[in-house]
Amino acid sequence: MSRSARPRSVLVLFIAVLLAAPLLLPEFYVTLLNYIGLYAIVALGLVLLTGVGGLTSFGQAAFVGIGAYTTAYLTTVHGVSPWLTLPAGLLVTGVVALSLGLVTLRLSGHFLPLGTIAWGIALYYLFGNVSALGGHTGISGIPALQLFDLELRSGREFFYLIWAALLVIILATRNLLDSREGRAIRALKGGSLMAEAMGVDTPRSKIVIFTVAALYASMSGWLYAHLQRFINPTPFSLTQGIEYLFMAVVGGVSHVWGAIVGAGLITVLKQWLQDLLPSLLGKSGNFEMIVFGVLMILVLQRARDGVWPIVQRLFPAPPARARPVEAQALPRRPLPAPGAVLLDVREASKRFGGLVANDRMSFRVRAGEVMALIGPNGAGKSTMFDGISGVDPLTSGAVSFRGERIESLPARQIARRGMSRTFQHVRLLPAMTVLENVAIGTHLRGRKSFLAAACRADREEEARLLSEAAAQIERCGLAGQMYELAGSLPLGKQRIVEIARALAADPCLLLLDEPAAGLRYLEKQALAELLRRLRAEGIGILLVEHDMDFVMGLAHRVVVMEFGQKLAAGLPEEIQRNPAVVEAYLGGVE
Amino acid sequence: MDLQIALLLGQDGITNGAIYALLALALVLVFAVTRVIFIPQGEFVAFGALTLVSLQTGRLPGTIWLLLALGTVIVLIDGSIALRDRQFRRLPMILLLNCGVPLMLGGALLALSPAGLPLPVQVVLALMLVVPLGPMIYRLAYQPIAGASVLALLIVSVAVHVTLIGIGLLFFGAEGSRTLAFTDISFEVGDALLQGQTILVVVASLVLIVALYFFFERTIYGKALRATAMNRTGARLMGISGTLAGMLSFTLAAAIGAFSGILISPITTIYYDSGFLIGLKGFVGAIIGGLASYPVAAAGAVLVGLLESYSSFWASAFKEVIVFTSIIPVLVWRSLKTRHVEEE
Amino acid sequence: MKPPAVAEERTVVLEVSELTVSYGKVEALHGLALKVHRGEIVTVIGPNGAGKTTLLAALMGLLPADGEIVYLGERQDAGRTVEKLVRQGMTLVPEKRELFAEMSVEDNLLLGAFDRYRGGHRDHLETMDEVFDIFPRLRERREQMAGTLSGGERQMLAMGRALMARPKLLLLDEPSLGLAPLIIKDIFRTVAQLRKTGVAILLVEQNARAALHVADYGYVLETGELSLEGPSRELATDRRVIESYLGLGGRQ
Repeated sequence: MSRSARPRSVLVLFIAVLLAAPLLLPEFYVTLLNYIGLYAIVALGLVLLTGVGGLTSFGQAAFVGIGAYTTAYLTTVHGVSPWLTLPAGLLVTGVVALSLGLVTLRLSGHFLPLGTIAWGIALYYLFGNVSALGGHTGISGIPALQLFDLELRSGREFFYLIWAALLVIILATRNLLDSREGRAIRALKGGSLMAEAMGVDTPRSKIVIFTVAALYASMSGWLYAHLQRFINPTPFSLTQGIEYLFMAVVGGVSHVWGAIVGAGLITVLKQWLQDLLPSLLGKSGNFEMIVFGVLMILVLQRARDGVWPIVQRLFPAPPARARPVEAQALPRRPLPAPGAVLLDVREASKRFGGLVANDRMSFRVRAGEVMALIGPNGAGKSTMFDGISGVDPLTSGAVSFRGERIESLPARQIARRGMSRTFQHVRLLPAMTVLENVAIGTHLRGRKSFLAAACRADREEEARLLSEAAAQIERCGLAGQMYELAGSLPLGKQRIVEIARALAADPCLLLLDEPAAGLRYLEKQALAELLRRLRAEGIGILLVEHDMDFVMGLAHRVVVMEFGQKLAAGLPEEIQRNPAVVEAYLGGVE
Repeated sequence: MDLQIALLLGQDGITNGAIYALLALALVLVFAVTRVIFIPQGEFVAFGALTLVSLQTGRLPGTIWLLLALGTVIVLIDGSIALRDRQFRRLPMILLLNCGVPLMLGGALLALSPAGLPLPVQVVLALMLVVPLGPMIYRLAYQPIAGASVLALLIVSVAVHVTLIGIGLLFFGAEGSRTLAFTDISFEVGDALLQGQTILVVVASLVLIVALYFFFERTIYGKALRATAMNRTGARLMGISGTLAGMLSFTLAAAIGAFSGILISPITTIYYDSGFLIGLKGFVGAIIGGLASYPVAAAGAVLVGLLESYSSFWASAFKEVIVFTSIIPVLVWRSLKTRHVEEE
Repeated sequence: MKPPAVAEERTVVLEVSELTVSYGKVEALHGLALKVHRGEIVTVIGPNGAGKTTLLAALMGLLPADGEIVYLGERQDAGRTVEKLVRQGMTLVPEKRELFAEMSVEDNLLLGAFDRYRGGHRDHLETMDEVFDIFPRLRERREQMAGTLSGGERQMLAMGRALMARPKLLLLDEPSLGLAPLIIKDIFRTVAQLRKTGVAILLVEQNARAALHVADYGYVLETGELSLEGPSRELATDRRVIESYLGLGGRQ
């Protein structure tokens, strides 16, 4: 993500150029810029959807069409003011996008784009065949926009409206991505499972960005209708929808500014190719699509991030910032009294087809104790963790957490009740900083939503969340790495980031899956010290770990698993002398 | 609607449905083996049909130029890799396969004047021109990013699709064409007239489906493809490389596409961009099968054909709207069947 | 699978030195050296997370590795791939088995010979008979889908499938994983028998006792480094092996 790291002066310069452009440029270029602006608005939605959220849509042109047709129909047939048809168009688009999203977003990733292709075609034919919408001839005589006394008739006047709208939504999108909900959105691509375990409602985040992208498109359609004052189905076809995606990908699908770059490049290139190719080939037709197609394939093979990162290199970002300022501490969850039963697992079983990974496991974890779960590879320890934390629910059995049954709750509901975990295979977002990763842990401790984030009404809460995240990072001894990208840390440190993230959720029960793996001796000692302090505070810890020195020095009680069953349970020294355990680890053949 | 019209529409629906079913099978195959959602499947239908048209009308099909161009690029890429790795022994084979064969084909086309040849020979020639495009496109567009996400591969598919559409327009022009009828026999069944061409399409599709079944169930290469679809790592450890499986599945998909195009070209006018909608209807069938089940996909595709045929009678202007919105209830049904979906 | 000529007995099949494997910035394996001869079973034992699976993945070309790997007298370069190594007779039986679940036992075995078939050898039926002789259980189940087999049968099928390639070096990754003791005994008896066919076996195991019982030579892998090595009979009685597993020694 490219956020406020760039010097503000570049933005000011950019705006100055925009202000001057219509005054200095000939009509043709102003028109071109108008279209670039309109396309960039749609492409920006795709950046949010595809580059950030990891979803995609080929049907954005259809949403543009809904916006355009809504205003065209209402203004020409019913004489409604264009300023009222904008919200009307957004409403229609929102309803359509929501229902489409509810249907397809539950399915695995590729059904959404396929759905949007089908739906893009269906809507295109619908526009062309409904007589009330003018059929294939379309609707003409759409009134010009009226701003107080000024009628926006020329392209030059419209230019300011389009680019102001674009700048506003770019800033709003940037603000959104740099917030609590924004981090949740950025976790969708490659981190849904982790985000759910941190309490994020990922289906909701997906539907929100899908709807927002559709609304952007609809707005572009409204602007388009009043700029052209005439519409027909052609610009809302699937081909155009595909072109929007090309713009986003070529420009840089993970960067908000990439939308403008991509829209600009593709539009200018198209203009140029449409002049060049027919004379070169001696035939007329949309041959520029051949070039676009090949260009796309090359971009995806060679420079998946598009053009924007190259532009970005011209304006190097300033070095990492200082620690977030101390803000008022977040309220903390009252911890249960030491010794109180936090977690009670009874007869928990998990089957994968015919394979029994957990077989009637029972154990308890109390507040202020470290309970270790050990056993040979494949004994079912991580499966047990996934069952308890709701990441992969149990097949049968009961799990009570602080006296409440949780075995059938989804992970995010369990997280809300004060359980937090780390993962055996580290699940960080490698392209985000350590601070942002840990801040995802604070998700449930904030309330400000999308709208507040987009207009920056969330700053006070955001400061508190970041301050909390920073405090947890310092506590775990990673203060020096706060602004490094999580993916650049060694694996052992990444595990510590996972712990900091879990702690940022203010848990009363911590599930740690192999936290010491990959750590050096001194780092292990520091980790053990940290866990002892947490234990002393009254947090309960359930620990899976292979390093026996580490386990035996830290745990109050140990449960040994083998073949998914409980093999033994007891104090560390008892376990170490238990012949059955020695057999399980070393093997008992002859 | 009387019974006669109903039968006629049913006949139409089943003919198209049989074609959609073939395409749906190819789509499921390609997706299962390579995770590529093969949007350009339909372009092979159009290329197959229009290449045959060119042969029958005595023109040099543009496909030969595409074949030569792709072959040359592959020779440049694979040749430089072979040179870099000092594997000089591979060079003759690379040259022969990618440039030699297309050149020989081109020579044969110039020498033979295909318009006068018997129909089966023309069909074989058309297939020889179109089918190699499948593995070549795999090599150039997909193989370099074979490990990328389904989403990235899908965007590549769309890019390949628009490229091929543009190339199709360049080669075959904007006018639609039909090929000569394979047969003009017709039968009277009760009141209705059963076209020989229709029977041919259905029978040929069935034969192809049976042949595919034998390929997958009885041959080691067919089994290797199924194995790759089931367990990529396992297959790799047996020496079945992703590249081999990808090439093989794209060859099959291209063959199925081109053959379908040749089958329907006497009864439907094919334009350079007709393939897309035809392919997408195969997709609706494939999605009904969840992109995983071959029989359900085939049955779904036949259903799409029937739906299309009857809706063209009741509401012809909204035919496409109806066919493509029918995907929404299908997706609803599938989403209710799926529980949780894990990220890639 | 004929018995090897005696003269070839000590031919080195695999020799590794200074092998280092990293995931990003983290070294998972550091400076490993080991050697496997023809007709010999060599085991690498070690606790969970020591890097055993990583070692086999690196040898098989699934992971990039630094250091020197000499296989069949040929130094492996950066261009080595799984497919090339399979062609040269190296076969891995992975920890997760990676069977083709919806195919019959017979088809699974057949695909084990895929690369030989492609290379022009049409002796798969013969080889399958030999595999069935080694694992009679598989012959009984030949029509059954691999996904419906029990854990022990799956391991047998995974090994049988690997043998279909007539390997020169067989890499076994934790064949005992998740199996009951009696079945483990069975599997290891078979592994011991395979030695007679002349194949070299590199056996990676957590189950130290079973592995050392069948192996000729053993290495102990601990957090990415080889800490002990020696003839397996000696290792079997070495206190330090037990310590490295259960943390009784209190390292450092």
